[in-house]
Amino acid sequence: MKRLLKVSGRRAGVAAIALAMATVAACAPGGGGGGGNTATKAPSAISTDPAKAGKITLTVWDQNSTGGANTATEQLNKEFQQKYPNIKINRVSRTFNDLKTTLKLALSGKNPPDVVQANQGYPDMGAFVKAGLLAPLNSYAKVYGWDKDYPSQLLNLNKFSANGQDWQSGNLYGVSQTGEIVGVYYNKNLLKKAGLSVPKTFGEFESDLPKIKAKGMLPIQFGDSDKSPAIHIFGVVQAQTEGKAKVRQLVTSTGNASWTDQGTTKAAQTISNWAKKGYLPGGANGLSGDEASANFAKGQGVFRIDGTWRLAELEQAMGNNVGFFNPPPTTAGQQTVTEGGVGLAWAVTSKTKHADAAAAYINFITNAKARDVLAQTGNLPALSAPGYTPKAGTLNADIFTAWQQISQHDGLLPYLDYTTPTFYDTITSNMQQMIGGKLSPAGALKALQADYSAFKKTK
Amino acid sequence: MTALKTTTAKTTRPRTRSKKTGRQSSDRIAYLYLLPAFVVFGVFLLYPLLHGFWISLYRWDGLTQATWVGFGNYVDAFNNGSLGSSFEHSAILILFYAVIPICLALFLTAVMGRASKLKHLSFFRVVLFLPQVVASVVVATTWTAIYAPNGVLNSFLGDIGLGSITRPWLGDFTWALPAVGLIGTWVEIGLCLVLFLAGVSQIPAELYEAARIDGAGAVREFFSVTLPGLRSQIAVAMTLTVVAGLRTFDLIYVATRGGPGESTTVPAFEVYHYAFDLNQVGSACAIGILLTLVILVVTVLINRIDPGESR
Repeated sequence: MKRLLKVSGRRAGVAAIALAMATVAACAPGGGGGGGNTATKAPSAISTDPAKAGKITLTVWDQNSTGGANTATEQLNKEFQQKYPNIKINRVSRTFNDLKTTLKLALSGKNPPDVVQANQGYPDMGAFVKAGLLAPLNSYAKVYGWDKDYPSQLLNLNKFSANGQDWQSGNLYGVSQTGEIVGVYYNKNLLKKAGLSVPKTFGEFESDLPKIKAKGMLPIQFGDSDKSPAIHIFGVVQAQTEGKAKVRQLVTSTGNASWTDQGTTKAAQTISNWAKKGYLPGGANGLSGDEASANFAKGQGVFRIDGTWRLAELEQAMGNNVGFFNPPPTTAGQQTVTEGGVGLAWAVTSKTKHADAAAAYINFITNAKARDVLAQTGNLPALSAPGYTPKAGTLNADIFTAWQQISQHDGLLPYLDYTTPTFYDTITSNMQQMIGGKLSPAGALKALQADYSAFKKTK
Repeated sequence: MTALKTTTAKTTRPRTRSKKTGRQSSDRIAYLYLLPAFVVFGVFLLYPLLHGFWISLYRWDGLTQATWVGFGNYVDAFNNGSLGSSFEHSAILILFYAVIPICLALFLTAVMGRASKLKHLSFFRVVLFLPQVVASVVVATTWTAIYAPNGVLNSFLGDIGLGSITRPWLGDFTWALPAVGLIGTWVEIGLCLVLFLAGVSQIPAELYEAARIDGAGAVREFFSVTLPGLRSQIAVAMTLTVVAGLRTFDLIYVATRGGPGESTTVPAFEVYHYAFDLNQVGSACAIGILLTLVILVVTVLINRIDPGESR
């Protein structure tokens, strides 16, 4: 090791420079990705019967690697292959993080999978669209009726302009199986012990916090050492203080809304106050979302602001002692709004040779029958599952109702980290500093606005 | 940089001269023997390194056609304050990964060396070496639980009446980095101790006898016999631990993800972050190359300690 370092010093240096020059002169990296079929096919040219596709294999990359999502995927794949014995599904299942790091390479290779689950937003779906790696599904949407079945706010999450620059409009690039929202979990016994009931307005929710604290209990269980929970708690409050129209403008970079506007400022101040007054646990920055969730399940904390993805975990740990409600509106009876989205989009790659069969597969795993399977295996389908009714009084029933309220009445606001390609970092880091008392709400928002305006300039 | 240049010049010159006096043909055959090693090194290390350097000269999202920016990514990296602080964090981590473990291990070696007979040494070696063997994700997860707000450390501090200094260690802006560093100390100290114990056993017993006859006490004996005798082991330990400190990724990824705020970001984490989260593959490669250069320079400097090198 040592010898090699020293002796090779000068000579390797010369070789390295020569070799580097040679390769640099050759060609620039990338550019081999596109070249697939990114044009839209006429609806009449689409074959909706996979039985006629001949003997083929569909390679499908999904992220449903655990729990109920895995069970549902296995069952749906089995049913699809039974119905169409000529098609073999080659399933590649990875965790979310693994998929994120490997999908890019797989898509830009010469032999990409036929169907992939792509994450919404600029760094993933936007980048894939820009590179011409995904096929637009507009015609399939017409043929299979996705454009009618799905509320437009859900479809829009999977849309991009053909150049990958503008999100939530343009071509449809995927269909989602499931939905998710961030809401408020509550410990039923503790809420009763505090002499309170489920708040009807956001003001009532806020005034409950000191009352709970006065009884010696923790008002909101929270931990954000893994960063993303800070987005969720801020998003929920901002949805109430700023309202849906402006938040949507901010996240999709349209209109003149600013991250330093009054409503958003109020949201930041609210959370900063919660932290200062001890409505959030003192060491929130040193506690992960998982740990906070486990603490909540153990009876520490009356409320917990978190996503519906905790359904199975909390129901198992707390049984019927846990409930869920949408963040209450500013005035009683108003339509509720909250942060949320749809599961990763099932998309067809532009280089697949079996686009029709791939789209038929996506339809098969998202249709009404598939939604029943999803609901029965503990998932929250994006659209209603006609053959499934959750048991009354359970967390499951609360969450199904809450999702219907939000998704059917235009109450969904996109996750804030979709705002710019670097926004995840910016918002989580600044929220951690604000919650830790290192940065004022105004200072944190100024940093968010700087990131936002820099991105807007590049558009 | 200038220091580095003069040192390499000094040591390589005499070596090349002595080689020239030998026959040229045997030199060529010698190169033939080196060829297999060089092919392996070239295919698996040199080529990826150069490829990385090549990519670092482009602005590239990993998918679409890249644009040539020359050394633009490097200029950006130097002007990027948060990247600069990630290198500063690395420097602090070296203290915990290298300096503290080596000092502690030297002290322990000196004390253990006084024992006339060490029984079951091989068993203790295994125990000491264990932190090196355990997967780093397991180490990080375990320590995260220890450092948690309601974790073992805080409840222990509370029990002994130090409740006032308890804090969420990994969520504290001042203490997160030292807390991560101490995990490194725990991991590396066993390695250092095992190396030094092996080194001490190679120091001729006569030297100790002579020192004792000359009336040296424990301290004098340590500085005059043990420490000089361990120079090459110290060089090896320093190289391994400093490099481990500079390229820390897993501990940060699992324990803090660079947080709170940006108080525990390190270059290796930034490489991952730029490549996979921000889709800036060119910048990621530039940071990787810079990190490689820093490690190279530091390694060469550390090797100056090794007595075999200055001869």
